[in-house]
Amino acid sequence: MNEIEQAQNEIVEEFEDCLDWEDRYQRIIDYGKQHPDIPDEFKVEKYRVKGCQSTVYLHAELDGERVKLQATSDALIVKGLVSLLLRVYNNRRPEEILASPPDFVQKIGLSQNLSQGRANGLASMIQQVQLYAQAFTILRKAQQQGGSQHV
Amino acid sequence: MTTTLSPVTIDSPPFDLEKIRADFPILNQTINGKPLVYLDNAASSQKPRQVIEAVSHYYLTSHANVHRGIHTLSQRATDLYEAAREKVRALLNARSSKEIIFVRGATEAINLVAHSFGHAHLQPGDEILVTEMEHHANIVPWQMIAAERGATVIPVPMNESGELIMSEFYRLLSPKTKMVAVVHVSNALGTINPVAEIIAEAKRRGIPTLVDGCQTVPHQAVDVQALGADFFAFSGHKLYAPTGIGILYGREEILSQLPPYQGGGDMIDRVSFSGTTYNDLPFKFEAGTPDIAGAIGLGAAIDYIHSIGYEAIGAWEKALLDYATQRVLEIEGVRIVGTAREKSSVLSLFVEGTHPSDLGSILDQEGVAVRTGHHCAQPVMQHFCVPATLRASFAFINTKTEVDRFIQALQKAIRMCR
Repeated sequence: MNEIEQAQNEIVEEFEDCLDWEDRYQRIIDYGKQHPDIPDEFKVEKYRVKGCQSTVYLHAELDGERVKLQATSDALIVKGLVSLLLRVYNNRRPEEILASPPDFVQKIGLSQNLSQGRANGLASMIQQVQLYAQAFTILRKAQQQGGSQHV
Repeated sequence: MTTTLSPVTIDSPPFDLEKIRADFPILNQTINGKPLVYLDNAASSQKPRQVIEAVSHYYLTSHANVHRGIHTLSQRATDLYEAAREKVRALLNARSSKEIIFVRGATEAINLVAHSFGHAHLQPGDEILVTEMEHHANIVPWQMIAAERGATVIPVPMNESGELIMSEFYRLLSPKTKMVAVVHVSNALGTINPVAEIIAEAKRRGIPTLVDGCQTVPHQAVDVQALGADFFAFSGHKLYAPTGIGILYGREEILSQLPPYQGGGDMIDRVSFSGTTYNDLPFKFEAGTPDIAGAIGLGAAIDYIHSIGYEAIGAWEKALLDYATQRVLEIEGVRIVGTAREKSSVLSLFVEGTHPSDLGSILDQEGVAVRTGHHCAQPVMQHFCVPATLRASFAFINTKTEVDRFIQALQKAIRMCR
């Protein structure tokens, strides 16, 4: 089991005692409230993930072998889900990110938040994380000399 | 037909509401375990059985291509299609059915006018006057043709209630103004604009006018002759008809002088490689096989509206809006976005300390369908300095109980997010 799968399992366990949707949503909202803010320089158009309803900002960089992610949203439920996604994908190897889809979202009963129709930017964020991972994989192969690389 | 209505209050609908709701099979379901409360009527209305049956009956018995065939089915389909056009003509009180063009929706109607009118009449330096509260569909087509022709799109601003500042309208009119394109009822705010006054002034100056009537026809009677607009557009799917059908009304004198929008079958008279002549109105603007079933569905929807009557529809929707407005204002921190004196059945909200998309997601869990977002009217959101709003939009099929369910769910959502 890789680190991503481990993190996903932990989240699923945390949600196991939720009785109903209200419990689940309340927990997500609370995660959203606790989620640390990101620097203002990342809250700009360049880092905006396209989505119609709420805004998601995502910044990614390659630090050594690992992808460092910083992200937030102006909506609480989305921000809560962003914080869970970061627990899963932040500070992981790009090839692991590419190999591990976010199955936990469905397992904790929030998969409707990932459908394209929801247009809340979350599905786009996951896609974006995977694109970064892909780009970093290519970059690393091309360079093979480490250091911190911004995309 | 005249009907006398006893006073309509939230406790006394002017019709048998349960019977009407039984006409809408989709309402009879649970969403996330709760009975559905559908308050997204301004985005798209639900369809009564009569409309669904008209469409399915057409496909089961009468489908063929229109205006082409010598055979019986083609004639039958043509008769039904043209009968629907006549129903639309009567609905709008247009002088002639030649003035009724079937399109995909209001978006296509406005693109058609922007394209055909723009190519025929717009010159560099010309101006197109719109309002700050337009749907993107009445902004972007004008921006596109303006960019091509070197013209400019200018918005008439609105005040803090979401009403047009009419003195600005008069000030912005100039000899450069070549088109005034305004929304009758704002989808984001519910504001009913004084289109009669706007059209009268434009007419006095010889400027053509277009009215976006999407949010008008579901709620109130329209008389395009009395209104005097050169163009009037609406979408069928907001009027209880299928998606994919809409109407462009255009005054015959102005339509007959415009070049076609699209080329193809049905819109031609004679085609040869040395040149092509076009068909008469309205067919000149209906290239290709049209949405025959959609038009027939629209005809059935118009019949359905008449069976209830605009007077009763308007009275009940006003009762719903007034009641919902009063209830929503009891909630702390709620700000109504759009408080015009003349309003239609749209309630757009912003709740301090919350994001509309969070509230909308929680409302959905409670079975309540509302719209959250910018309602395809981003300039409106910019004006009121909100990222988005939560919009409940009412139709005559809604009940007092549903308004109460909406309020309860909203209170719960606010509690969870604060």
